[in-house]
Amino acid sequence: MSAELQNHLADEVAIQITNMNKWYGDFHVLRDINLTVQRGERIVIAGPSGSGKSTMIRCINRLEEHQKGQIVVDGTELSSDLKNIDKIRREVGMCFQHFNLFPHLTILENCTLAPMWVRKTPKKEAEELAMHFLEKVKIPDQANKYPGMLSGGQQQRVAIARSLCMQPRIMLFDEPTSALDPEMIKEVLDTMVTLADEGMTMLCVTHEMGFARQVADRVIFMDQGQIVEQNEPEEFFNNPKSDRTKLFLSQILGH
Amino acid sequence: MTTMIDPPKAAGFHISQLLYDTRYRSMTIQVIVFLLVMGLGAYLLNNTIINLAAADKDIDFGFLGNRAGYDINQLLIPYSSDSTHWRATIVGLLNTLLVAFLGCILATIIGVVAGVLRLSKNWLTAKIMSFYVESFRNIPVLLWILAFFAVLSEMDRKPRSFRGEDAVNNMWLWDSVAVTNRGTYIPAPIWGDGSALVVITFLLSLLGIWAYGKWSHRRFEATGQILPNFWYKLGIFIVPSLAVFFLLGRPIALSIPEIKGFNFSGGLHIRNSLLALWLALSFYTGSFIAEIVRSGILAISKGQTEAAAALGLRPSRTMNLVILPQALRIIIPPLISQYLNLTKNSSLALAVGYMDLRSTLGGTTLNTTGRELECMLLMMMVYLAVSLTISTFMNVYNNSVKLKER
Amino acid sequence: MKNSKSVAFVREGMIDQQPAPASQIGAVRWLKDNLFSSVLNSILTIISLLVIFWVLSGIVPWMFGGVWNASSLSECRDILNERYGNTHYACWAVLTERWQQLLFGFYPAEEIWRAVVAFVLMLVAIAPVLFESVPRKLLWVTIAFPFLMVWLVWGGPIWGPLLVALGFVLFYVSYVVLERKSSTLLALIGSLVIGLVWWMFCVGPLSEALGSALPIGDLERVESRVLGGFMICVIIGLSGIALSLPIGLILALGRQSNLWVVKAICVGFIEFIRGVPLITLLFTASLLLNYFLPPGTAFDLTLRVIIMVTLFSSAYMAEVIRGGLAALPKGQYEAADALGLDYWQSQRLIIMPQALKISIPGIVNTFIGLFKDTTLVMFIGIFDMLGLSNAIRANSAWNGINWELYIFIGLVFWICCFSMSQYSQWLERKLRTGHH
Repeated sequence: MSAELQNHLADEVAIQITNMNKWYGDFHVLRDINLTVQRGERIVIAGPSGSGKSTMIRCINRLEEHQKGQIVVDGTELSSDLKNIDKIRREVGMCFQHFNLFPHLTILENCTLAPMWVRKTPKKEAEELAMHFLEKVKIPDQANKYPGMLSGGQQQRVAIARSLCMQPRIMLFDEPTSALDPEMIKEVLDTMVTLADEGMTMLCVTHEMGFARQVADRVIFMDQGQIVEQNEPEEFFNNPKSDRTKLFLSQILGH
Repeated sequence: MTTMIDPPKAAGFHISQLLYDTRYRSMTIQVIVFLLVMGLGAYLLNNTIINLAAADKDIDFGFLGNRAGYDINQLLIPYSSDSTHWRATIVGLLNTLLVAFLGCILATIIGVVAGVLRLSKNWLTAKIMSFYVESFRNIPVLLWILAFFAVLSEMDRKPRSFRGEDAVNNMWLWDSVAVTNRGTYIPAPIWGDGSALVVITFLLSLLGIWAYGKWSHRRFEATGQILPNFWYKLGIFIVPSLAVFFLLGRPIALSIPEIKGFNFSGGLHIRNSLLALWLALSFYTGSFIAEIVRSGILAISKGQTEAAAALGLRPSRTMNLVILPQALRIIIPPLISQYLNLTKNSSLALAVGYMDLRSTLGGTTLNTTGRELECMLLMMMVYLAVSLTISTFMNVYNNSVKLKER
Repeated sequence: MKNSKSVAFVREGMIDQQPAPASQIGAVRWLKDNLFSSVLNSILTIISLLVIFWVLSGIVPWMFGGVWNASSLSECRDILNERYGNTHYACWAVLTERWQQLLFGFYPAEEIWRAVVAFVLMLVAIAPVLFESVPRKLLWVTIAFPFLMVWLVWGGPIWGPLLVALGFVLFYVSYVVLERKSSTLLALIGSLVIGLVWWMFCVGPLSEALGSALPIGDLERVESRVLGGFMICVIIGLSGIALSLPIGLILALGRQSNLWVVKAICVGFIEFIRGVPLITLLFTASLLLNYFLPPGTAFDLTLRVIIMVTLFSSAYMAEVIRGGLAALPKGQYEAADALGLDYWQSQRLIIMPQALKISIPGIVNTFIGLFKDTTLVMFIGIFDMLGLSNAIRANSAWNGINWELYIFIGLVFWICCFSMSQYSQWLERKLRTGHH
């Protein structure tokens, strides 16, 4: 395998997961996960709770450690090497279900923290960058407030802006709307749609099937720690193949 | 595809992996920390050895077998100045445990009463209890010990003032308890023949109460009937022991203190040092326990009471079945750590001359033998053992009541 | 009646608020609710009133009939006998005579202003730590205070404390410079080495040289052994708490760590310290510490006590901070990780600022405990207030006086500890409800 070809592949393939397995003690949470994500691809991962979907995307930036198999992100293998882990975390942004903004820092400080300390960007530059992304998520006027003063939807948008400030090439979303009140879900999804339209590589764990239909290139259905079905959204929703998928879809689309 | 991006896994071991590989990094750090700590330990030890050599001393616990040569004024086991230092240590330890044990009991009683009264609907009572709690816990316990000792030893109740027909001071509780400025005299039991049987019966009846509780609970589960448990239990508690006591012709008698000449004789003499230490530690710790009890009860949300009421439970049952089990879970861990504090604070016995562990082993023994290092080491280890025993109980309890949550 | 079947209803005029029935308000109502709501309650009220009356009738005349001016207990009793015919009254004169000693120990009288200045500075230095509304600029006073305090209390030329402070600046600057060049850990080690070299080898000679060349701010030296009273309690308590903060922090992190060697060492240390009474550690300080140090090192008892008290409170501090760490949601760690911050960065920037803030009430409570425990130093021959009260009693003029001294000491402690505990409760309430 020549280095050239590897680089070429790395340009095309954003994430390559091969035969990944993970256990919590005796419990086999992820079983033989194989997944290739192309650059610019938008993937929605669905599945019942406890199916391992969050665990899977948390493995991609090593918030969880996988025990078997291989994860390659942007041509860098996720191993026990700290330098690789740092490199991958710099390239991969993540949004959490509970936002996880830093409550003791202002919105602006939340956004400039990582660029300043990890990328060593000068403060002024980092602030300009932060304002740019805060404008993009449409809350530049809240920059000097603290997270506790914002609504849930606003907080999640700040969290997205915070990740974007590291200028990641891949974004992971771990149920970004499930802790939100219904009327706030739309503003967050709109932000995510804008992001998708700009060509960001995205992996979203979400129950928002409307969002999946609208932006996803591919929908992945997981159950009991394995990938059960994946397809383009139209096919996936209109013509599910597996019984488990059918059951799941009937449960969440039932009303 | 997978084979194409195979990582260079077999590339061998680089020295930089020690720092940058998560698998080895933790090892590296641990080895460094271990070496640093060991180094510090070795340095201190080396200094000690040099210093001991310079002072012409060694480390030897053999002195514990030598004759102690001093008296101890409160004995739970036989001891005389001819006994060994080891024996003196044990006597001291028992005295420490005695005051700690008595203190824990009294502190719990005071604390629970004060804590509950502080929540009382009666404004005046609640304020008095607040005053008690705030004044005791914001003033050093050492000051309280000294103050209690001063109260006891400066009272105008000299033993000789109890003398004669028209004595200035009187004994209390039907002439059985004499509180004097030289200590308090209380009746002491005299164990006659057959008293062992009475004690055994008493212990058996305790077992009986427990068995009865189990049985009545099972009966309740089976039939739904609720028995007046309290009265039955009280009966089991009293009747058999009393019956045996009288059947055997009252084997246990009481020795009542009596004024003879200028002092009391008979009964049990409780020294002011023990009394002051006991009361001060109890009232001081009691103020902390009161707060623990109060916040424990307050922490059980109103919702729980309302839910129980909505289910139709009566207030007394709500307390027993819903509030107390939950409140105890909150109360007991800090309560035990207060017991721990009380035990450690008992070392302040020094201030009033109570002969506890610190005063025998860490005091007279240390001074007469000149073995500072050994005595201090032994004393710390004993205190540590006592503390660890208590906190082990606490952990066992904590684990057994921990809420089962997902 | 036609409308009665319809569910439609429109209110035409709003009802104004009406006053409550007379039985629901007023003082009588309050008395009934709070003091006499039931038989049991009424009995409690009567018992309480009796207790209050009994206590006050004993204490009030004694207190307010006391004598404030006399030079000895016997003189005091003479005055009381003259005035009342008996001596059942307080003799506050001992306080008038000796209050300075109780507060400052044997500190030279003409230098007491220094102790007072240090005390006021301390209040200024603590204010920005405790209250967020105080201007942040005062934090500079906080940083400078330890060095100023040493200079003010112990005297000598200002150069010594100044150079030690300079060492911290050096440490910080070298850390910042090194961190740009290498990793955080290496920078920390490197700057620590630089700092230690400065403190151990440069400070001593330099301060001597500067002291003789430029004798600026040369206060008269005061020996440690004349420190005493309330002052020594504050010094020991405050330095114990301040110095134990960093150690406690490291211990808490170590105890949380998943490196088992580190964890075992930290747990062992914490449990050992928490398992033995403070008094045994104080005796260690006075009897044994010299054994553990290189032969010939002799430093004064106050310093040895401060070392031991620091070790003692660091174990308690570690537990408090551990509580603060445990109270932080796991998401904060994850977010810091996901942004690519390394362990020390996330601890310093994300975890510690929040955990320490949650811990302040606990830290204040630890301080209250420690402050009360400083009275124990009387057992190893340091004259704190209780030690001084013994010394005063040993003087033939005041032999036999107890209560006046105990009440004064108790009151001083009570005022300090009660206000601190009120503060920590206030902060706890604020933390529970407040956002920023």
